Amino acid sequence: MSDAAAAAPLPSAGPRPAAFGDRLFGSLATAAGVLVLVLLGAIIVSLFIGGLPSFRAFGLPFLTDTDWDPVQNVFGAGVPIFGTLVTSVLALLLAVPLAFGIAFYLTEIAPVWLRGPVGTAVELLAGVPSIIYGMWGFFVIVPVMGDDVQPFLTDWLGDLPGVGMLFQGAPFGTGILTAALILAVMILPFIAATMRDVFNTVPPMFKESAYGVGCTTWEVMRSIVIPYTRASVVGGIMLGLGRALGETMAVTFVIGNTNRITTSLFGPGNTIASIVALEFPESQAGTLKLSSLLALGFILFVISFIVLAISRLLLRPRPT
Amino acid sequence: MAPRYGTLSETMNETEQSPAMATMQARSTETLHAPRISMRGVDFFYASNKALKGIDLDLPDRQVTGMIGPSGCGKSTLLRVLNRMYDLYPGQRAEGRVMMDGVNILDPGIDLNQLRSRVGMVFQKPTPFPMTIYENIAFGVRLHERLSKPAMDERVEWSLTRAALWDEAKDRLGASAMGLSGGQQQRLCIARTIAVRPDVILLDEPTSALDPISTLKIEELIDELKQDFTIAIVTHNMQQAARCADQVAFFYLGELVEVGSATQMFTSPRQKRTQEYITGRFG
Amino acid sequence: MSATMRPGVGPPGADPVRGARVAALLSRRRQRLDRLVRLLCVVATVIGLAFLASILFTLFWRGVGALGLHVFTRVTLPPGSHGGLLNAIVGSLVQTLLGTAIGAPIGLMVGTYLAEYARSSPLGTVVRFVSDVLLSAPSILVGLFVYTILVEPFGGFSGIAGCVALAVIVVPIVVRTTEDMLQLIPTELREAAAALGAPKWRVIVLICYRAALYGIATGVLLAVARVAGETAPLLFTSLGNLNWSLSLTQPMSSLPVTIYQYAGSAFDDWVDLAWAGALLITLGVLALNIAARVVLRARR
Repeated sequence: MSDAAAAAPLPSAGPRPAAFGDRLFGSLATAAGVLVLVLLGAIIVSLFIGGLPSFRAFGLPFLTDTDWDPVQNVFGAGVPIFGTLVTSVLALLLAVPLAFGIAFYLTEIAPVWLRGPVGTAVELLAGVPSIIYGMWGFFVIVPVMGDDVQPFLTDWLGDLPGVGMLFQGAPFGTGILTAALILAVMILPFIAATMRDVFNTVPPMFKESAYGVGCTTWEVMRSIVIPYTRASVVGGIMLGLGRALGETMAVTFVIGNTNRITTSLFGPGNTIASIVALEFPESQAGTLKLSSLLALGFILFVISFIVLAISRLLLRPRPT
Repeated sequence: MAPRYGTLSETMNETEQSPAMATMQARSTETLHAPRISMRGVDFFYASNKALKGIDLDLPDRQVTGMIGPSGCGKSTLLRVLNRMYDLYPGQRAEGRVMMDGVNILDPGIDLNQLRSRVGMVFQKPTPFPMTIYENIAFGVRLHERLSKPAMDERVEWSLTRAALWDEAKDRLGASAMGLSGGQQQRLCIARTIAVRPDVILLDEPTSALDPISTLKIEELIDELKQDFTIAIVTHNMQQAARCADQVAFFYLGELVEVGSATQMFTSPRQKRTQEYITGRFG
Repeated sequence: MSATMRPGVGPPGADPVRGARVAALLSRRRQRLDRLVRLLCVVATVIGLAFLASILFTLFWRGVGALGLHVFTRVTLPPGSHGGLLNAIVGSLVQTLLGTAIGAPIGLMVGTYLAEYARSSPLGTVVRFVSDVLLSAPSILVGLFVYTILVEPFGGFSGIAGCVALAVIVVPIVVRTTEDMLQLIPTELREAAAALGAPKWRVIVLICYRAALYGIATGVLLAVARVAGETAPLLFTSLGNLNWSLSLTQPMSSLPVTIYQYAGSAFDDWVDLAWAGALLITLGVLALNIAARVVLRARR
């Protein structure tokens, strides 16, 4: 049957078209991989170079100055950086406990037939674009904050020594707290879904042996699930933080766009993302203002990169 | 004179002859043909670990060579040397000579894709491609030949017929191969392998994942296929080696302990280790 | 055998009567704590779902009322002129599809590189890490980046700059799903193809891609869903265009940017249109997410 093939000896050398195809494809794949690295480098470099005039003009104090004066051409990143950090941390404080609760519900408490639909609902929530959150926040949450929540908090907590400072001021409904709240709602499904996936990686055997000695559900969660997934949970939280730091649309509508650091949570402010979004349209190329915005972008990138890198190391310590 | 160890026939009740024994004795007058592939001094390394040591083995033309031995003895490794499958993995290398048609296929200048069209392999787990039955067969052929549609149809039919799958597949050539049963899928893999008209077919435990009936069908297949192809089969099942093989090679810890005709190996092996393995004292 | 080692007697120091009482007390307290925690978890879930319900309800309530044929047939016009969102819708479609068309093949090649060529090499590890970081990087920075390379040097905002910005966001999403799906393919399948004499690139293109097709398609769908709703990157690249324009070298309108401009305005009809647009985007994104799920389930 294989006479024709048997007659021809095995070739030992010569041009091999297949090898060329392999080389070409392999080069394409490697080039694509390198392109990703180049992309990251390009982002960092372009933001840095764009912000360089501003860094040179203001030096290190740029990070803490709170002036933002287009007329005098004096710019400082203090307020946006402060706003970014405060709103993000506050959003985490609000979102993480809720996310924990949802994740535990989905993995241990919910009846099995409910886990799929509720989990899907959470994931769909994560897919809603941020501008929708911004609009919802502006049209729904702001009035509620201004009419009900803020006055309530002012009445009950405004007179407390120390802490009371946080809850004073006219109830416009906008401000740092509102922005943090919208951010929290935005990152909530994301952190919850990540935690749920992480909790599901605990081998059933571990949990069953704890149930077997008579632990309650909460005790199993506390002594088995949380210690087992501690690193990944922190990684998931940091991932949420990374998202919150750079969120633009959810925050821009409600933060109040004022370049001031106020002591009250109801007061307006700015985040890096919101100030860049709001001030960009009025910035012309080549101006110190635009350069300052790019410098702010660079700072945001550095902060996000550090947070995301830590989260990545915690979540996926080794590639498969 | 060396002590005589018990033979396979003596370890069973003499009055009941196993089918394996019957097959073997029917073959007892067969002689081994000239070698199609000759291995001399073949060593194999997983990084610095030497897994095969100085293998000298001939595969007789158009006959079945069974390779037996306990797990981890290197028989699958040797099989994968014959079609240079190990080349896919950095850190694995082979040394020595594997001569086929006057050429050492371990030579770095060899065109591997061409080699693999001459030396085909069927794996332990059936691996149908995610395509139609027709496409599964055509895939390999298209790599090496340019056939018109009628010619390709003919090749597909021929392959499936020789793999005893044509009757079951002829009405579903356009259906996905994933819908076939395990035994059918393995026969499809065999059909796929012979479609490119190799000289040698390597079978790596081809029936260990199958039920007994499919196993029997495939063993019958092997008996037919050896009229046209040189076959090497790695098997854990000694009965299978006894049923199918003309020549049997016994491996242990990376070394070729003994090789001979099937009859000789199973009735009067020369090495003590061979005897112990065959009578089930280890492995 | 000492007295305390006899069967029926507890460990030294144990008082069976008192022990049982303590155990019962602890059990009640533990049960109460467990019930409290369970309740809190249910409350948390209800709160989360309430937010989702509120968002969807608001969208539908205010969006459906503002929907009408004019939204799809008339372009954006000054307030009071009964305009629509046609150019914004078309602009979004163009930029989303083109951005995906640019980004998905790149993502596919990078995913292939990571899964087939660089599973454990140092370069592969770095690329994987960087890709994951880019996956969650703030999209506003992507917008700023593309602004500095495609807008400033050329002196103008353009649709193509918007497409490129979206492409940059698409790439890491497709990389992740492609790599994950390709890694799921069993080695035996690859070896079986290689054993027939197929060179590596054919094994990948003809066998691996085919086997992972549904998974890769899901990744692309999810990427489209993500960039369809992105606003910030487009603010700095395609800017938005209140006139009808299909030119890629001119500023191009998009739905998210238009919504952003309209929502914050003082004009009622513009705000209504913003809600209509928001509803459209959300429906589109939800539909894509559901489609991705269906595709993934259709595997096998």
